Amino acid sequence: MEKVIIDCSTGEQTVVPLTDEEIAELEAAAAKAEADRKAAEKEAADKAAARAAILAKLGLTEDEAKVLLS
Amino acid sequence: MANTYTLIASNTLSSSAASVTFSAIPNTFTDLVLKMSTRDTATTVIDRATRISFNSAGGTPYSQTELQGDGASATSQRVSFQATNIEFGRSTAASATSNTFANIELYIPNYAGSTNKPFSSFSVAETNGTTARIRAVALLFSNTNVISSLTLTADTAFIADSSFFLYGIKNS
Repeated sequence: MEKVIIDCSTGEQTVVPLTDEEIAELEAAAAKAEADRKAAEKEAADKAAARAAILAKLGLTEDEAKVLLS
Repeated sequence: MANTYTLIASNTLSSSAASVTFSAIPNTFTDLVLKMSTRDTATTVIDRATRISFNSAGGTPYSQTELQGDGASATSQRVSFQATNIEFGRSTAASATSNTFANIELYIPNYAGSTNKPFSSFSVAETNGTTARIRAVALLFSNTNVISSLTLTADTAFIADSSFFLYGIKNS
């Protein structure tokens, strides 16, 4: 795996192999980002499911609930 | 209102790379704009996180608030005080339509100032499918140093032909 470095003062572009430490950082950051995203998406899905369940108990559609709350 | 728009540097990858760094960014502009067209080598997904860091800063200087929708659902989330780097967009990945790339624009105002640096991004991870993610993100780099380098990091690696254009803007 490599990284590209562009020196804006000279326009010079170099390609450098990643160190073991950089590879480990990359993998850790990627794992954390995806875990955070899945947690956020699960939270949103859980809220939507809870809302749908409440509306079903009340016998209301989503549009009817919006009218009541507007 | 910006009245100049100058290309500082650009790169179109000839082979895949884990990250792209713009170093020695001149401090003579008012704002920076970065335009990217990227695709990630990550498999089994239609898009993957793309992250940014500045000046190899230590500590936990990165925060963001995002809005996201893909045509089927919409979400928002807040990430505070993150170390190393922070996600600001999504690059199209291997499960998306072949040869499609994400469009990402990043705007960094007052990058040479001596205050903390709020900035923003807008990205679309393209694919010819029923859902494709669009994101608007407000970000903060809590650091008062001039931004002299920035690094864009792929989740796995940016594929060849991904491109990166860094522009400087002046207000006078």
